[in-house]
Amino acid sequence: MKYLQRRLAHSIVLLISASVFCFLLSDLAPGSFFDEMKLNPQISPGTVAALRSEYGLDQALPVRYGLWVKSVLRGEWGYSFAYNFPVRSLLIIRARNTLLLTSLAMLLAWLTALPLGVWIASRPGRWDDRLSMAGTSLLLAVPELVLALGLLYVVIRTRALPAGGMVSVRFEGLSLWAKICDLSAHLVVPLTVLVLASLPILVRHVRASMTEVLQAPFIQAACGHGIGQARLLFRYALPAAANPLISLLGLSVAGLMSGSLLVEVITGWPGLGPLLLEASMSRDLYVVVGVVMASTVFMILGSLLADVMLVIFDPRVRAD
Amino acid sequence: MQGSRKIIASLVFLFFLHVAILFAGFVAPCDPATQNREFPFAPPTHLHFVDARGRLHFRPFVYPIVPQPGALYQYEETRERAYAVRLFVRGPEYKVAGLFPSHLHLFGMDAPARIFLAGTDNYGRDQFSRILFGGQMSLAAGLLATGISLVLGLIVGCIAGFYGKWIDESVMRLVELFMVLPWLYLLLAVRSFLPLHLTPAQAFFLLIGVIGTIGWARPARLIRGVVLSARSRKYVMASRGFGASDFYIVRRHVLPHTYGVLLTQAALLVPQYIVAEVTMSFFGLGLSEPRPSWGNLLAVLQQYNVVVSYWWMFAPALALVLVNIGYLGVANAFHEQLQSGSM
Repeated sequence: MKYLQRRLAHSIVLLISASVFCFLLSDLAPGSFFDEMKLNPQISPGTVAALRSEYGLDQALPVRYGLWVKSVLRGEWGYSFAYNFPVRSLLIIRARNTLLLTSLAMLLAWLTALPLGVWIASRPGRWDDRLSMAGTSLLLAVPELVLALGLLYVVIRTRALPAGGMVSVRFEGLSLWAKICDLSAHLVVPLTVLVLASLPILVRHVRASMTEVLQAPFIQAACGHGIGQARLLFRYALPAAANPLISLLGLSVAGLMSGSLLVEVITGWPGLGPLLLEASMSRDLYVVVGVVMASTVFMILGSLLADVMLVIFDPRVRAD
Repeated sequence: MQGSRKIIASLVFLFFLHVAILFAGFVAPCDPATQNREFPFAPPTHLHFVDARGRLHFRPFVYPIVPQPGALYQYEETRERAYAVRLFVRGPEYKVAGLFPSHLHLFGMDAPARIFLAGTDNYGRDQFSRILFGGQMSLAAGLLATGISLVLGLIVGCIAGFYGKWIDESVMRLVELFMVLPWLYLLLAVRSFLPLHLTPAQAFFLLIGVIGTIGWARPARLIRGVVLSARSRKYVMASRGFGASDFYIVRRHVLPHTYGVLLTQAALLVPQYIVAEVTMSFFGLGLSEPRPSWGNLLAVLQQYNVVVSYWWMFAPALALVLVNIGYLGVANAFHEQLQSGSM
């Protein structure tokens, strides 16, 4: 419990420093959302100045940060210049979509990587080990961008699956079951890209830590007792190899989020990625800050999940 | 032994790729900006080895193409006369490594025939030449950004590891912050706070600066670890006893320990940063036309009809994957050497 409390306090400090960092950066920025308006002869400089002061852009940095914190506490997360809306209402839907995509991708990737990694670790040097090592090397060299474009090409050519967006146009009128089917069909492309992109690293780590454990004396002893292969691998060896893998789970969220941003933009998945890209282009300051904070929250949730799992699965962590 | 063979194989592969891209002007048959408005979206030129009478030729030849009447972006070969591919021909002027003007090209065709090894884009520009010239931008971006990251990481890591105490503590907190933020989110956020309209040169250096600066955290942490273990060696204490300055100790006794980590990190970071450049240019936030880069070459694939109809527009992705394979091979081999303690 002490361990978890410490991690929680640590995460909060991280969140605060991430927000301070964002604001420091924004202060370095030349120009703002309203600069384009200055070029428009129909908008008087007075109007622009009034807008700037309405959004608090004429204040000093610490004051702006204070205002933003207040608005976060009120649950607004600042105002979007482009939508003239509290950022929160934009963020929540987008964050939900990204969470759906990334959590499913993470689940699927681990469900594939664990058995595969355990299996090839138990047969070092055999043809299937070599084949999967070559396969992961190749996958590692193909960036998500290329994977996504390639898969999109296949899908568009074969017309087997919808190639973009999250739901069909006629989604609203469908029955619940048809809605689920429609959503799943749209999920296939982005999910496949994310799983394929995160698979090689996971498989390699599972294989490495399993190989180490399989050489331990207690495995030989268990083997000598005549315990079956499957039980030996999954019941005896895997828990002993779990510690570094659970840490990896926490760390892999960062890569998954970055990959997800790219995939969302390419396949038109209405998640945080397209929102951030749009806000970057129009310098919608508080939306950018909000999305970065949301991604940080995801990351922190990932590492907290890993910490909780460590406490549950590894008695060595519970001991101290 | 096997490890060093792997390193050599990967290095040779990378060397050829880099030489081809560095001397893009010589290898490429066309100027990357020259438009052939009569051949937009021409498919890769078909190289023939067997002629109409069934005879085998060792020198490949091509037939000139003409637009099919009545069809958009469709071409057919005119079989009246074959044109052999010629080596070392005079072609459009270029500068060798950006310095000396030259007209010599590795290969080319006689006048009416054209050779587009990887097809052409919407302006009829030769895609193969553009990939080679685009590689110059992408590779330069990757290499320079890696340099920035490693120098920053080395300085910060050395200071944190060598002086320890509160400096180390605060630097490591900062490292954690940078490592916890997903890099692409961070990259986009930083880019959004920078001016949108830039000259191509400004955009290039800005992008390199941002990519390089964001990535300092991981090398800094690794180097700090190495410095920390090197600092407590007996010979370091001895030289301190002889009155050596901090700078001397770091340069003479600590830095040599970091070379292995630096090399491995370099081989890992270069492909990552090339991909970062490609991603940003793909989004339209990096290098822009008319200078080609692998990112803005791939950006046409954001159009649905291009993805469906013109598969050769994927060719820059192949170049990107090849470079990645080379660098990851080197990184892997370095890593194995480092683990076995022979570096």
